[in-house]
Amino acid sequence: MNRFEYARPATLAEAISAGAAEGSVFLAGGTNLMDLMKGGIARPAHLVDISRLPELDRIEHLDDGAVRIGALVRNADLAYDRDFAKRYPSVAEAILSGASAQLRNAATTAGNLLQRTRCAYFFDTASACNKRAPGTGCDARGGENRLHAVLGWSEHCIATHPSDFCVPLVALDAVVEIDGPAGQREVTLEAFHLLPGSTPERETVLVPGEIITGVRLPADAAGFAGHTRYLKVRERTSYAFAVASAAASLRLEGGVIVEARIALGGVALKPWRARAAEASLVGKPADASYFRAAAALALADATPSGGNAFKIELARRIVTRALGLAAAGTPDRVPALPASPFSGAAAHV
Amino acid sequence: MSLSIQLRINGTQRSIPLDDPRVTLLDLLRERLDLTGAKKGCDRGQCGACTVLVNGRRVNSCLALAVSLDGAEILTIEGVAQGDVLHPVQAAFIAHDGFQCGFCTPGQIMSAIGLIHEGQTDGDPERVREGMSGNLCRCGAYIGITEAVLEAERNMNDASRRDAA
Amino acid sequence: MSDITLPARPTHMRMGSSIGQNLTRREGVLKTTGAARFAADNHPAGMVYAAIAGSDVARGRVTSLNVDAARAHPGVIEVMTPANAPPLAMDPDAKLHGFMFRLDLLQNDRVRYHHQPIAVVVAETLEAATEGAALLAPTYEVEPARTDLGADDSFVPAAVGAGHTASESHGDVEGGLDAAVVKMEATYDTPAQYHNAMEPHSIVVEWQGNTLSIDMPTQGFAMTQGRIAGLFGIPAENIAIRSPHLGGGFGSKALGVGPQILGIMAAKLVGRPVKLVLKREQMFGPVGHRAPTRQTLRMGTDGTGHLTALSHHARTATSSFDDFFEPAANSSHSLYASPAIATSHDAVRLDTGTPMFMRAPGEAPGSAALESAIDEMALACGMDPLVFRLANYAEYEPTTGKPFSSKALRECYEQGAARFGWAKRPMEPRQMRDADGMLVGWGMGTAVFPALMFQGQARARLLRDGTGVLEIGAHDMGQGAWTGLAQIAADALGLELDQIEFRSGASHMPDAGIAGGSAHTATAGAAIDGAGADVIGKLADLAMNDARSPLFGAGNAGVIARAGRLYRRDDEARSESYGEILARAGLDDIEGMGTGAGDPVLRSSYAMHAHGAVFAEVKVDPDFGQIRVTRLVGAFAAGTIVNPRMVQSQYYGGMIWGVSFALHEHAVTDKRSGRVMNANFGEYHVSVNADVPSIEAIMVEERDEHVNALGIKGVGEIGITGTVGAIANAVWHATGIRVRSFPITLDRLL
Repeated sequence: MNRFEYARPATLAEAISAGAAEGSVFLAGGTNLMDLMKGGIARPAHLVDISRLPELDRIEHLDDGAVRIGALVRNADLAYDRDFAKRYPSVAEAILSGASAQLRNAATTAGNLLQRTRCAYFFDTASACNKRAPGTGCDARGGENRLHAVLGWSEHCIATHPSDFCVPLVALDAVVEIDGPAGQREVTLEAFHLLPGSTPERETVLVPGEIITGVRLPADAAGFAGHTRYLKVRERTSYAFAVASAAASLRLEGGVIVEARIALGGVALKPWRARAAEASLVGKPADASYFRAAAALALADATPSGGNAFKIELARRIVTRALGLAAAGTPDRVPALPASPFSGAAAHV
Repeated sequence: MSLSIQLRINGTQRSIPLDDPRVTLLDLLRERLDLTGAKKGCDRGQCGACTVLVNGRRVNSCLALAVSLDGAEILTIEGVAQGDVLHPVQAAFIAHDGFQCGFCTPGQIMSAIGLIHEGQTDGDPERVREGMSGNLCRCGAYIGITEAVLEAERNMNDASRRDAA
Repeated sequence: MSDITLPARPTHMRMGSSIGQNLTRREGVLKTTGAARFAADNHPAGMVYAAIAGSDVARGRVTSLNVDAARAHPGVIEVMTPANAPPLAMDPDAKLHGFMFRLDLLQNDRVRYHHQPIAVVVAETLEAATEGAALLAPTYEVEPARTDLGADDSFVPAAVGAGHTASESHGDVEGGLDAAVVKMEATYDTPAQYHNAMEPHSIVVEWQGNTLSIDMPTQGFAMTQGRIAGLFGIPAENIAIRSPHLGGGFGSKALGVGPQILGIMAAKLVGRPVKLVLKREQMFGPVGHRAPTRQTLRMGTDGTGHLTALSHHARTATSSFDDFFEPAANSSHSLYASPAIATSHDAVRLDTGTPMFMRAPGEAPGSAALESAIDEMALACGMDPLVFRLANYAEYEPTTGKPFSSKALRECYEQGAARFGWAKRPMEPRQMRDADGMLVGWGMGTAVFPALMFQGQARARLLRDGTGVLEIGAHDMGQGAWTGLAQIAADALGLELDQIEFRSGASHMPDAGIAGGSAHTATAGAAIDGAGADVIGKLADLAMNDARSPLFGAGNAGVIARAGRLYRRDDEARSESYGEILARAGLDDIEGMGTGAGDPVLRSSYAMHAHGAVFAEVKVDPDFGQIRVTRLVGAFAAGTIVNPRMVQSQYYGGMIWGVSFALHEHAVTDKRSGRVMNANFGEYHVSVNADVPSIEAIMVEERDEHVNALGIKGVGEIGITGTVGAIANAVWHATGIRVRSFPITLDRLL
């Protein structure tokens, strides 16, 4: 870990000012940043500790029915917040399927949005990586890329975004609240993460000094509470990143789908919203054949970026299953093995 | 740079001079305070051997900068027993052989204490297994660990019911 | 003493009841309170920190190191490179015997594998040393890495494993295959795996003149001492090593690894005590691994399901510069009766660190392939896998014709199958589903592991106060030596456990031999038993030759040692306490020595193995291919069980290694660069708690009169064998898909 200047500003304004300086990085939960610094991937000159900024660690229920998750709300606190979990159970399910209890106790909401890819070539400082060192190339291409992206990738970068939490958030139209040197703004989570294109080093719309202050779920997102699931497939039963995952939310009236939300994880450099698939379900009965068709639409543009063609079919099946689970109804409580095929009620479509 | 911090460690308030902001909580405990119970298995939050409680919550101490924790309350494995009386989790780990080499054990026990405090298991072995999956055990003592956590949780719940009665 | 050491069979009987007791770990409080000191927990006064810089490339030369940048970093004391590394007394590339492995100790600029140490930075703080190593920013002249196990420049090694011949043939294999009614041939791949003990290799070392004070985890005091002595040109007795607790070893801490030697060199360079601990990624290179294998099995059976021939060939890999060959094919030597058996190996050289013994070396990958193949053969014969195995049950070791010293495998099959409910298994695959629609499959495998012994010594002392001391430089890496060996010691001295002091875990004690090969309890136990016999014999001599003793003249009748007293064997009314005998003789204590080793006569007369049967249930998601091992039942027969609790834990641990082998572990190497791309616990998966919901281990009664005086076989490794195949076979049974490449990942089942 390189030597850095450490500062813990007392106010948001001071943090924004400190964060705008060249070489500044915000430190919150530290679960991702410390890992990156120890690996030499991040070598910030200034560490701006925002972990105790006031008022950013609250879950607020707003007058319009929306909920604002403060940027510093710890993942575990959000998932175990009874009111929140009741209204947005798939978000709780997604959080609890990620990482470990220790990490969820430390990791924050904003930090989860900003976590970096797990691509081994990004982590290996001796490898070419356009994301870590722009212009050096992408050693993941033609390398060990069994788990890499099948959607939205470019010849410059085939990494994936590792978050579980973001997947239901993007499905539920979450909005990212941002403050910065130029003032406050907000952007949908869907637009927050950038696809790699020719600038994979640019991962989000944030500019230097800008800070996420919160994530807002609009009022209508709670309307899916009865039929919303997150489903994650991974290579061990727990404590593993997703090979692929899906969030599915339905609003049903008389057995007919009036609104559907679908997003995928582990397949692209951002949590992947599948809008065409959603649209295909509106007005249809909650029936497996339509779910399969929707899943096919969700992956219609997918192409292997290497030895990972299996992920396309896998993701289709996960979307299909997630829709079926959502249709069957949200369980009263997040299962013992959250978002897992082995969680008990998972295998019925 | 003067970075002195205050920590309450195992019930004792300590003023700790820090000459380097890079020191993690784990390295502070192990290398500077001779509290070597917490172990470094990976230093990257991927094994759980360094688990301690910070303000009552289990975390990976390898991923926490000490300087960032100024004012925090830390509980490590050294502070769990009451004198010669083992904590119910410690006793249950011995009874169920929830360890072999013992290297991951301080982290397992601190994680188990955190898990029980979180109150989410309801005595369900599957929830215990999931809740303890952030602690790798290469010897493969998982069966004993799960049994130990379940038993300790029962004993602690019984004890708190008795206290309440 | 004659050259042939027979197991101790003393005239004087000792009776104790500690062996077999289900005691908890005697170091349990230390380990659960954080008080157990592992090597890296030590901190001698004046200690500084050393950090290794590892190579980023797999093959080439280091062309530059920015030593100035590292030196300029505040707190950095010294940078050790080939330019200033203290000279060694011998070339670390010299190989005087098969157990001497070549070490990378900064002798030149050559890079032979990814993560090879290329420099060491010493600093006042861990933070400064670590960053100093990062600041070296090495440049390289890179050469193409050799990464292909299937390369066509293979060769036949002179020996595989620990000195076994690379090829053996018994009977007419080709003739047997030609004559077979049913045949199978299949090839199985197993990946490179890394030991990954939770405790990284570490050393805290201080030079005191010409002597060394060392805390380091080791599975072999004498061999490690000898290696250090040779490298530094000092007598072995000048080297004090303490290793009371190992945070796991699994074979990777047997011999002293290069990075630990670098810590000693660094301490010499800076003249201060040094602590050096490997980073997790640095455990993927210089500290050994299990080599990948590609194994081809060919079998034939007659019309009744009896094998006519069994051929097992294993391709494996070693490093470019040293020799260790995973003896995978030898798994077929002892298990199934076949009139013709041939095993063979060949190998290629790859740009990796040198492979090493890793828990069940050869047996684990060999069993994975053999047990899969046996299942495939059973299916081809239309036979239940258990019925097929019983049909080919070996009453004598098939390759040698020797009788088994004991073999309760039939009982293992019976008890394991009954407990598991095997009789309800449908023959055809994809027949079972659970209530959630998961595919359910049942599979089995046979477990076998040789009952090895090495050589060890122990020292016993009886004290005038009636207590005893047993000293042996044994190793507890989690298997329970502190407890099990102490139980043996109590019985060896005819005392209760709380009447003895059991000293272990340091190099100045009698050498217990290496803790490996599942042989430590047998070897150290025999030494302890022998030491007890020796000291009791001396004590008895004192009494029997003393007219004032009630035991005077017991002579050929002998005595019985029990509960701290000697009794006349022919008249137990006449007895005397140890303390009384010593007091009358005017002695404070009396000492005896014992040696533990296999009896060469018996070992050449009998085949000696532990056996077992493992039954696995898996559930597989029909759409996703995600697998969970929902139930494992193992039944094992391994002679005398010294401590059931500890033995059960060994079986559990071995079976969990089997789960990890079958479903999770594999090092991912970039074929272009030779770099290990998942050198961390996030992506090199080992099984987690949620992966093992249910395991049972049945201890099948077995008495072995020949293996050693105490009848002990090893239990540390057998649990992996059988389990991997059982899981693969269960996956087939669940899905109808036979995966012949490990680990079995979900993409292969889609």
